[in-house]
Amino acid sequence: MTHNIYIYILLAGAVSYLLRMIPVTLLKKPIKNVYIRSFLYYVPYVTLAVMTFPAILTATGSVTAGILALVVGIILAWTTGSLPLVAAVCCIVAFAAGYLPML
Amino acid sequence: MSETETLNKKKIFLQGVRDGMPICIGYFAVAFSLGIAARNAGISAFQGFLMSLLNNASAGEYALITTIAADAPYLEAVIITLVANARYLLMSTALSQRFSPDTPMVHRLCVSYDITDELFGIAIAREGNVQPLYSYGAFAVAIPGWAFGTAFGILMGNMLPANIVSALSVALYGMFLAIIIPPAKKDKIVGVLVLISFAASYIASRLPVIGGWSEGTRIILLTVVIAGAAAVLFPRKEETGSDMDKVAADRNDRENEASENGSIE
Repeated sequence: MTHNIYIYILLAGAVSYLLRMIPVTLLKKPIKNVYIRSFLYYVPYVTLAVMTFPAILTATGSVTAGILALVVGIILAWTTGSLPLVAAVCCIVAFAAGYLPML
Repeated sequence: MSETETLNKKKIFLQGVRDGMPICIGYFAVAFSLGIAARNAGISAFQGFLMSLLNNASAGEYALITTIAADAPYLEAVIITLVANARYLLMSTALSQRFSPDTPMVHRLCVSYDITDELFGIAIAREGNVQPLYSYGAFAVAIPGWAFGTAFGILMGNMLPANIVSALSVALYGMFLAIIIPPAKKDKIVGVLVLISFAASYIASRLPVIGGWSEGTRIILLTVVIAGAAAVLFPRKEETGSDMDKVAADRNDRENEASENGSIE
């Protein structure tokens, strides 16, 4: 190992922080352009959806558990909208699904 | 500072702590598995703790671990972090639009420290301007969850039963669903976008060339293409956003005359 791990970590940390800090400190006035506003409005939903699927299917090593957690999560999010509840129930479903083949 | 104002600040901070708790649990689980990967790359528990404290990024840190394991040039670590975390640039830009114009610089510097998918998600899901205290409340539990999770993963490796670790990792996706599904119920375009994103993400992961790219790269590409197309096809006329900006601007004008402490509702 010729490189120092601390230097890797500090460099990556600096990049991670600058990516987040620059827009928040430099963009102080509202963006007026309707297309940019719309784009920014849609970004988080698309990003989170892309990150959720199909990753949730392989998160536990069991596709069945992933599908069950996804379906239950969507139904609960639609009906209750409660973040802690959805997160907890998804875990319980994924854990319980691990025992399904044994039944 | 009046008593009700102090109470209100405490309430906002505690709301952040409450909403940050499931994020803390999800982070701990994901960071734990990240720690196992870090240990295999020869990273110590303290180094892992520091890495997570400074980066706050799952995909970015996985990418960094592979760079460290390969003993690659420092420049490669910088570029891969830039690519894997580029979506934070988009989120940070989106969040910048929700800051009250008179938010002090120190709050901008601190809130931007931990703009992650989840913490961004809960901050932007709130009505009105960004409330730094709300974010700090969430940070107070989420940051230790992430940093200690990494350190414990390195120290304890495979001591926890695998089925518990894997079940906990689903918490993150549950959180994502809780953030994207309720708005999809209110706004049909968002609902359709979520479905398209699911499908496109699945197809992209299966395609010959694109499927071989890193997850971070695919996320950036799909986000820019899908959100970009939606912005062109369905520009939001609205806008509650600009109305809120106007209201906020008027209020700020009044408050600037009064004092600096007037930003609570």
